[in-house]
Amino acid sequence: MAIRNPPVDAVMIGFGWTGAIMAQELTDAGLNVLAIERGDWRDTPTDFSPAYAQDELRYYWRHELFQRLNHDTLTIRNNAGQTALPMRQLGSFLLGSGVGGAGVHWNGQVWRFLPSDLKARSHNLQRYGKAAVPDDMTIQDFGVSYDDLEPWYDKFEYLCGVSGKAGNLKGAIQAGGDPFEGPRSREYPNPPLEMPYALTLFGQAATSLGRHPFPHPAANASRAYTNPLGVTLGPCTYCGFCEKYACGDYSKASAQTTILPVLMRKKSFTLRTNCEVLKINMSADGKTATGVTYLDEKGQEVEQPAEMVFLSAYILHNVRLLLLSGIGKPYDPNTGEGIVGKNYAYQITSSVNVFFNDKILNPFVGAGALGMITNDFNGDNFDHAGLGFIGGGYVGILQTGARPIETHATPDGVPTWGLAWKKAIARDYLKTTTIATHGAVMAHRGNYLDLDPTYKDVYGRPLLRMTFDYTDNEHRMSDYLTDRAAEYGKAMGGREIKTNYRKGSWDVVPYQTTHNTGGAIMGDNPRDSFTNKYLQSWDVPNLFVLGATAFPQNPGYNPTGTVAALAYHAADAIKRQYLKAPHQPMVQA
Amino acid sequence: MSPARRALPLVGLVGLAAILVARPLPSGAQPPPGATVTPGALQTAPATPEDPQVAQGRYLAVVGDCEGCHDRPGGTPYAGGLPLRTPFGTIYSANLTQDRETGIGAWTADDFWNAMHKGVRRDGAKLYPAFPYPYFTHITRAESDALYAYFRTIAPVSYRPPANKLPFPLNLRFMVGFWNALYFKVDDHPSTGPSPGRHIVEGLGHCGACHTPKTFLGGDKNDHALEGGQLDNWAAPAINSDVRRGLGSWSSAEIAEYLKTGRNARANASASMADVVRYSTSLMNDADLAAIGDDLRGRPSHAGPVNTSLKPDPKLMARGEAIYVDECATCHAVDGKAQPGLFPPLPGAGVTQSTDPTTVIRFILSGTQTVATNARPTPFAMPSFGWKLTDDEVAAVATYVRNSWGNVAPAVGPSEVGKLRGKVGKPIQKPSARV
Repeated sequence: MAIRNPPVDAVMIGFGWTGAIMAQELTDAGLNVLAIERGDWRDTPTDFSPAYAQDELRYYWRHELFQRLNHDTLTIRNNAGQTALPMRQLGSFLLGSGVGGAGVHWNGQVWRFLPSDLKARSHNLQRYGKAAVPDDMTIQDFGVSYDDLEPWYDKFEYLCGVSGKAGNLKGAIQAGGDPFEGPRSREYPNPPLEMPYALTLFGQAATSLGRHPFPHPAANASRAYTNPLGVTLGPCTYCGFCEKYACGDYSKASAQTTILPVLMRKKSFTLRTNCEVLKINMSADGKTATGVTYLDEKGQEVEQPAEMVFLSAYILHNVRLLLLSGIGKPYDPNTGEGIVGKNYAYQITSSVNVFFNDKILNPFVGAGALGMITNDFNGDNFDHAGLGFIGGGYVGILQTGARPIETHATPDGVPTWGLAWKKAIARDYLKTTTIATHGAVMAHRGNYLDLDPTYKDVYGRPLLRMTFDYTDNEHRMSDYLTDRAAEYGKAMGGREIKTNYRKGSWDVVPYQTTHNTGGAIMGDNPRDSFTNKYLQSWDVPNLFVLGATAFPQNPGYNPTGTVAALAYHAADAIKRQYLKAPHQPMVQA
Repeated sequence: MSPARRALPLVGLVGLAAILVARPLPSGAQPPPGATVTPGALQTAPATPEDPQVAQGRYLAVVGDCEGCHDRPGGTPYAGGLPLRTPFGTIYSANLTQDRETGIGAWTADDFWNAMHKGVRRDGAKLYPAFPYPYFTHITRAESDALYAYFRTIAPVSYRPPANKLPFPLNLRFMVGFWNALYFKVDDHPSTGPSPGRHIVEGLGHCGACHTPKTFLGGDKNDHALEGGQLDNWAAPAINSDVRRGLGSWSSAEIAEYLKTGRNARANASASMADVVRYSTSLMNDADLAAIGDDLRGRPSHAGPVNTSLKPDPKLMARGEAIYVDECATCHAVDGKAQPGLFPPLPGAGVTQSTDPTTVIRFILSGTQTVATNARPTPFAMPSFGWKLTDDEVAAVATYVRNSWGNVAPAVGPSEVGKLRGKVGKPIQKPSARV
């Protein structure tokens, strides 16, 4: 007999960025909120000590902060003609687990999408005509505009203390910032991080080519900062262990360093860790979520009634829980029918290494979002006519810290092991930098998520199955970006460059980016989307799906800024509208 | 959760009583796996207007930090049962709820006054001075009655704390009489004036319980009041006008800010003081905190001048500097100035230059965590280095911070580190990897 808990006003399934944001907003509105997190409690003072946080072997190579794949993983294939196999080792993306989620080991790259990114379908059709968007490219508009999100982008940037330089203040282009960005209502809360030598060289090279370099907006605080909640972040020390690591210096924004000190003190908030939600419970008519069933830390099944249910886990878990709970119609790539699992997307990356003879670049100095970037080739910031693709990405240098096990770029012609390799590393380590490209992936009819027919997790539930590959659009775009990166590399004046195109099918092994998106996408009508613009399920109005799960396709920017802005946008609507008329859709279908 | 510790003097013996304080759970403390993390109880005003005397008593209970000792982990507030551990035995705090059998429900206002003022229980037996009546004797009868009125509102909880575990002859309460004859004087004329700060510091606030050095029998050395004490393997710093080791360079406003928010530009409250801030001073009114600041700043020091001509061995300093730059400069900066309000500066810091280096060594060995308050909720912490630095290395870096940037204090020897290492508990962090 299952244990039945007293009901709560709202339950968060998963306690990373979106769960913390929503819990903070809803408890402020007077609601009684419970968050259920399957991983451990972890916090800066107790877990992320600067005395050992910079341990590359422990954290990156041995995955201490990441999801345990022997507990739960997913199966992967490139196309429906293949048999998907379980991912038994993390590679291309690094899933999080535990309080703070992947927001603990992220880099702190905070971007806003371009206004046109949010209208990918209508914008590209209008500018380039029907031929630019093939039938199998199932891109859509987000159903929410840049202007809708601007206050909530701003709110998140001020929560995190983002360090950056505005390029567009209320329509006025600002020197030193990104001239392509949508208009901002105000400057970033903190000035940009200090730029190391390689980034300065990149900026000079990009400027010489007529591009528009600017410092990457960073949730790595450039100075001590107290956010509007009263939580204080410490100045970044450029230790080079953001990416794949937790910050021991209170400098990288995470739920722990921006929200939890306040949220955890509230009587109206409760967190249960090491508790895993098995399914969302539904009313008999399937129109209301009645709560969740979870396994507590002792393995006992517990029923938790709730007035509102929020899926606030990572996108892959959000989609899987919808499928396991039988909510919504699963997407069928053959017919195009169904919505849950549709429009799974990723991103595509490539790089160019630049080797110098005479310049000591100290690449170990780093921060997750310490970068010099150009957006000249992102989104629709450039004319795509005749290029054979839509979308784009940013090109620039992110000096995240050249951790020694991970970082050993060598020029073409150097063997991959042995004495010559070692000599090349010793010669080049301090004199090498890498220009990265970070490109969009458009949704495609054949890229989707569903339940695996064969493989199960520790509880006997089907694993999620991912079917994904790059299409011609992505490869053409990525090659185009890589060629631009090579131009920058040459202009930087090094001894030689090495160009690393992204060729062939998507491969789950080498690390690329943890920017998985889609599967329960947002939109302006219930036929083409799972939620409305407030991330509220069209069919189950007291169910909300947060996170990048909502992205109809994946633009060329890192997703967290938009993930947070969408959560704040939803929270605002819930407070203003939903709580006055519970269980009602906030947008009429 | 991290073991938050407090200490009070115990009868006849040096005060080494460690008291585990249960709640609220500060963000940054680590709940056990699978725990339901219920947020910290924020002190909230009652919904209905309260009898002014009860309200005054509620506030005075905050000033006296009563809950700090009379709550036990998992227990009802004021039900007592918190073990005050000493090397010589354990005393359990009393049940202060209104239960007639196990609490103080049968007590009259006079009974309560006798306990506070004279250290005498309702049945006439002498209380052990783990209950700080040598300080509470300075409260007025009106204050005692207000506290009594407040405790009358505490719902009865039937709970009998365990029997004290004290060896003969300390288990004989009449022995306290001898101690009282040496160290306790009933205040025949308690008064809230003329210095409200002094009234709190010497009375309900019982600051000297930790910050005044003790005789070998655990009595206060009153001619050295507030010049710094030793307790539970911590050195409580001087809180007087001593510029180097005390608060002489602090303004009253800075003292008040520290007590209210748990930190200021000079220092962060952690360890035992974190609990004092959490349960008591952060909830006190600004006027009282300013009065405390005024009083402490006026306190003379009899510790004598620091011999600034004694310079530590340059080799030891060089070794300390190398360790400092590698391990400490991340937060405290190469020049020691750190990030005021986040990570405390070391130049001029009283704790750093305290004659007794125990706290500096312990911070390095075990780390420590700043108290989180409503005003300053971020739980900044110093990590433990005990697992990666040897006794020699800790001694070197401790000596370095005590003698750099204008600081002067006796050098620290490896044997001092070794002795303390054996006594302090596990650090709050997990340096070893998950398997």
